[in-house]
Order: sequence, then C-alpha cells, then structure tokens
Amino acid sequence: MTATLAARRPAPARPVSVPRAYRFELVKLVAQWRIRLLVLACWIVPALFVAGVSAQSTLPSDTLFGRWMHATGWAGPLVVLGFAGTWALPLLTSLVAGDVFAAEDRLGTWRHLLVAVRSARRIFVAKTLASLTVILLLVAGLAVSGAVGGLLTVGDQPLVGLDGHLLAPSDAALKTLLAWVAVLAPTLALAGIGLLGSVTLGRSPMGLLLPAVVALAMQLAQMLPLPLVVRLALPGYAFIAWNGLFTSPGQVGPLLIGVAVSLAWALTATALAYALFLRRDFTDLGYDGSGRRAVTAGLLPLVGLLAVSAAVIAPVTGGSGSGIEQEKVQRSLATAFAHLYRMQTRQLHRPAVTEARLRATAACDKGSDRIAARGPGNDWRCVVSWHLPGVEATGTAVYQLDVASDGRFVADGDGPKEVNGYFLVRTPEGDAPNPLWQFDGNVELLPTSKG
Amino acid sequence: MDASLAVLARGITKCFGDVVALDGVDLDVTRGRIHGLVGPNGAGKTTLLGLLLGLAAADGGTLEILGVPVGRALSAVEGVAGFVDGPGLYPSLTARQNLAALLSLRGRDATTAGVGEVLAEVGLRDVADDRVRGFSLGMRQRLGLAAALLTRPRLLVLDEPSNGLDPSGKRHVHRVLKRLAADGTGVVLSSHRMDDVEALCSEVTILTTGRVVFSGPIAELSSQKRELEYRLITSDPGAARRLAAGADGVRVVEDGGTRYGDEVLVVRASVPALDRLVSRVVRSDIAIRELAPVVPPLEAAFLALTEQQEQQEQQERTEQLEQLEAGR
Repeated sequence: MTATLAARRPAPARPVSVPRAYRFELVKLVAQWRIRLLVLACWIVPALFVAGVSAQSTLPSDTLFGRWMHATGWAGPLVVLGFAGTWALPLLTSLVAGDVFAAEDRLGTWRHLLVAVRSARRIFVAKTLASLTVILLLVAGLAVSGAVGGLLTVGDQPLVGLDGHLLAPSDAALKTLLAWVAVLAPTLALAGIGLLGSVTLGRSPMGLLLPAVVALAMQLAQMLPLPLVVRLALPGYAFIAWNGLFTSPGQVGPLLIGVAVSLAWALTATALAYALFLRRDFTDLGYDGSGRRAVTAGLLPLVGLLAVSAAVIAPVTGGSGSGIEQEKVQRSLATAFAHLYRMQTRQLHRPAVTEARLRATAACDKGSDRIAARGPGNDWRCVVSWHLPGVEATGTAVYQLDVASDGRFVADGDGPKEVNGYFLVRTPEGDAPNPLWQFDGNVELLPTSKG
Repeated sequence: MDASLAVLARGITKCFGDVVALDGVDLDVTRGRIHGLVGPNGAGKTTLLGLLLGLAAADGGTLEILGVPVGRALSAVEGVAGFVDGPGLYPSLTARQNLAALLSLRGRDATTAGVGEVLAEVGLRDVADDRVRGFSLGMRQRLGLAAALLTRPRLLVLDEPSNGLDPSGKRHVHRVLKRLAADGTGVVLSSHRMDDVEALCSEVTILTTGRVVFSGPIAELSSQKRELEYRLITSDPGAARRLAAGADGVRVVEDGGTRYGDEVLVVRASVPALDRLVSRVVRSDIAIRELAPVVPPLEAAFLALTEQQEQQEQQERTEQLEQLEAGR
C-alpha cells in the first residue's frame, strides 16, 4: 500500500524540451507586427531598391560595386550587402536579439514563462535560437531579394572584380553567396551583444540599442587611423573584409581573421549573457537591469577579448602599421589597371592584348616627397605606365587615389583624355562607360599575401 | 505528510539581502479547499506564492507540495499551476493563441485539449480570437486562470485573481474556483478584497511583515469575540439611541450621526451585546430597517490583527533602542 501511494506521488515537474520552448519563442516573435514588417521589408525592399537604382542613370558609385549596377545583376546584392553591413544588420539585430529578453521584462511575463518552461537554461537556449532564426531569415531575405532584383532588372552578366578582372556569372554568384555568408559572423557577434544587452539592461532602451551603438562605435573606429591589428580585432571588420573575395587571387586573410574574431565575440557575448541570465533573481519585480553588472560582467570581458584578439593577430599582421604601403598600392593599382585596360580594349575593338604583355606598373606617392607614402588618405597620386606590343612609346595615365583604411580605394583618372580622362568611351555601338575613368580597387593589407 | 494536505510548510524563511520577506511561516492548505492569503502590502504574500510555484527557493524551513518535498533548488512540482504578479500573457497573440502556445510547450494539441471549453468556463469564448493587447485587466486575469485550468492542476496558486474583475467576471472566476475545489483541487489565493476572501475561502492565513498572525478556518477568525462597529437604522432613532446608551457592553459612537446622518445610529459592541440590544429594540416596538457592520467582520479582524502586530513590533523596536542607549 505504501509503495502504491509512493508511486502515485507527483514528481518534480520535468522542464519543457528545448525544441518545444524554441517553437514557443518563435511563435511569440513572429506574432509581433514589428518582426513581421521587418521580414516583409527584408524580402521586398532590396529587390525594389536594386531594380529602381539599376534603372536610373545615376549610380551609387561611392558604394562598392555600385558603379557596375548597370552592367550586371550581381552588383545589386553586393551594394545591398555594403549598406546592410553599415546600417541594416546592426539595427535588425538590435530589434530582434536586443529585445528578446527585455520583452519579457516589459510584459512582466518572466514568472509565467518560468512556471511554464521550468528551466531558465532552456528558456535562454530557446530564446537565443529563436532570435537567431529570425535574424537568419532577415539576412537571407536581404541577400535573396537583392539578387532577384538585380538579376530580373539587369541580368546574369559577368561582374568586374576589385582588381578589374571579370568574374563569370557563376563565379560572381558563388562569391556573392560567400560574402553574405561571411557577414553572418559579425551579425552573430552583434546578436550576441544584443542578447547580453537584453539580459543585463532589462527594460532600459540602452539594452535594445546596444548592438546598433556597438556597430556605430566600430564603424567610427574603422575610420580612425588605428593600427591594422586593432581594426582586425574588432568584430565588425568582417562586415567590410568580404571585398577581398572579389580579387584574384582572393585576399581572404583579413576576411578569415574577421570571421574568426566575430565568432569569438559571438560565443563570448552569448556565454556572458547565459551566465548573467542564470544568476538573475526572477522574484525581484523591480529588476530593471544593472548598469554596474553590465560593465563588470559584460563590457570588461569583451574588452579583454579585444586585447587577446589583438595580441593573437599581431604576429600575423607583422606590426603596428595600417597595412597600406606604397608598394602594395602600386601593385594593386597596376593590376586593376591592366585588367580594365583589356576590358576597354575589347569595348573599342582594338587588337587584343594580355596583362602580361601590357607590363603595367604604377608609381605612387602621397602628394609630397616629405610625406611617407603609406596609410589611408585621399592624397595618393599615381602614374600608371604600360607598353603595347609593337609600340615603342610607353603609355602613361595619372590617377588620384582615395584609399580607405580597410584597403579599398577609388582611382579617379586624370588623363590623358583618350585613356582615363573622360567618363565615356566612344565604341562602334555608341557611347559606353569608360572602365578606366574611375574604378574601385583593393589593397591587400596583410603582408603575407600577394596582390 | 497528511495526504489531505496540498501544501505543508513549516518554518519557512526567505530573505532578499537584508530584507526578511518570510520569517518562520507555517502554512497548511487542504486539498479541495480554497485558502485565502491576506496581509498588508509587503507582508510576504507574493513571496510565499512564488515559493509554491517554484519561482524561488526558501532559505530555511521545510516545504512539501502535493506530497513532494521541495528542496533548496528552484523547482516546480507537477500538478501546480497559477500565476503571481499578473497572468503573464503575450499581447501580440490572441487569447486562443496564448493558450495554444502554452499547450504546445507541454506537447499537447490545442484542438483536442479543451481550449474552447476553458475559455467558455471563464467567460471569454466571445473574444477567443481577439488579441490580448486589447483586453482589460479583468479579462487578462480570467485568461490567466484559463491557462492554469488547461494544466488540470491539483494545486492552483493565484495572486490577486479578482483584480480588475467586473461583477460578471468575478462570478465566472468564483464559480470556476469553487468547482475546482469541489473536484479536489487545493486553491491558494491572495487578495486585498476581504469580501472575495469571505465569499470564496474556507481557510485563511493572515501575514504581516513576513509572519503569520492568524491561520485557520475563516469562521474562527470572524467569530472571535471582539467588538465591532455596527450601523443601525430604525423607525425611531431617538428611542433606539436611548436604549443603546443604557445597554451593557454597547457604546454609542458619538460621531456616527456626523458620518452617516442623524437617522443612523452607530454602536460599538460584541456580537452577544449587539444581540441583546436588538432584542430590546424590537421589544420596544421599534422597527429595525437596517443592521450592518460598519467594517465587515473579516476586515475588522484583519485590521485588528495586523495593527496589533505592527504595534507589537514597534514596541519591540523601541525596547531594543532603549536597551542600546542604556548600554552606552
């Protein structure tokens, strides 16, 4: 009888499984009008934007690949990617990951949720997975929508890479996909920071805005003349390092470092959020985040991670410089010029010539002999020289370069007019954009690679 | 543990930093009964309910819920449902979606689990597909109760379930709680509304500053021989006043007329003394049109007990202070 009674006794309730809790969290997220609007916007607006911009005469040439939006549909998703890395992805992660825990504080539903799920650990895992699912859905929407808009409007044409060489449509598609996959890493880092802010700062608006604020701070840091090692140690670097995929050979070193750093930040921030979440006292109704805890248990470990990352990366970058040096700029410019010269040659139906026979070289300085020719700036001045088979004279063209700290440069042709001094060239089919008048390039920042 | 008890708590203590929320609390909740938990703000009611729901762990004492000893780690017992600090609903979901989402957490199918039935039981069938964002506080309370009902609880723990309820909503909630108790579920509810407690509960525990000042059948509390103020309206107020003034154990409250008008006589008396006065009034051919306590008995008992406890604590603090000063 005793045994029978004991057998009928209720046991401590088993926690809800993670998949069920995950579905529950996903239902709650997707039921929010804000999230639904974001999903719709991410799957529709990029297509409309790319289609609209590709159809107009003025192109966003200050955005990477923007000048090629008339030429190929693959430029569209890359322009969207550049914009997304700067604004959209930090804001999206803020609105999703930055709010996923704080929403329960705002609604006063923590106790209800704990009674229902019976495990704070599983709640954390479910919320994290649900917010990541929504973020991935949003990122996928941006990528797919941008590509569809470009391909439908302009078509599946070859893409001009950042060293001037032509990427076949299939290659362009693969590189575009890889670029979008690469920015998932810094997006996850921002999501981790969002989770941390949401856990530590509660209903405070700062918790919601933290990913956006961190992203903005990292963008400002990238504009400062910081050593390359510091810039690479920031989790946002992978947002801009994907441009190395569009050179041949690919300049993937900074991208791989950026992705690794971003993933380390994502894991660390998420682990900190997890630890802080489990230590939280859910019976304290007045809990509204803790600024001190956010600093001691959130900010300081991440600053430590930045320092460790910089220490690990320093031997790879080989010093404290910007990574932008005279010889690398000259090599990148000459390579891009040679590729684009061939393109211009084809446009004008001139006799074919190879890059090897052109033997293009560049001589660059920074405005004055008294200034060391290194580092970013818009005062780079270069003279490109090349040889044509059968022609004794050496061809020369002048370029003004604006080199950004991430190695991307815009070369602006200063003449002669028939080579790079005018934005149009007269082809047998009519006037066409002159590929040598203004073009984008990329300086390899790491010393181990060749441009 | 007595098999008839849904909750057996002995010497429960719970502190938040330096604040003692519960100080040696004993609590017995019988299965099939509705047990009221009352006390002033900050008395520890919500903390105690949180312990029953597994939201917090006690620092000391022993707690058994539905026969299961509850340890120091956070854990809930199967068969316990309810809410504290509001029902915890998601405004972007409809009433039905809120319940269906909860069911999906437990791996149950919303179409067969009786969502419609519980919504009807709490009077929300007509708004089942409306978003909770537009619900009043009372509707949310009822939906929270519906969510708890879905789990078929053997112990239901509710924090202020009557908050914001209109008379119709209150009737729904009372009916549901009485039905649950009749089916053998133990119900613990906290309330500031003494009329609710009186109407629903068969047992009551009064807490003040984390201590139990009374626990037992509600009839025992309200029948304690303490004097209460009663409002008396008769056909001859002057004669009734004279009779009251001369009655043993009855004191006429002089400012009663100021408070309620000259027609109203306010007297302070114990129940036996009041009975004697009523007999005399009736024998004198004076009709009694209304007789009611100025403050309901349970509320009066509650006020008396809590004020007594507060005075006692104040006295203890004063004595401690005096001892400290004397020691200097």
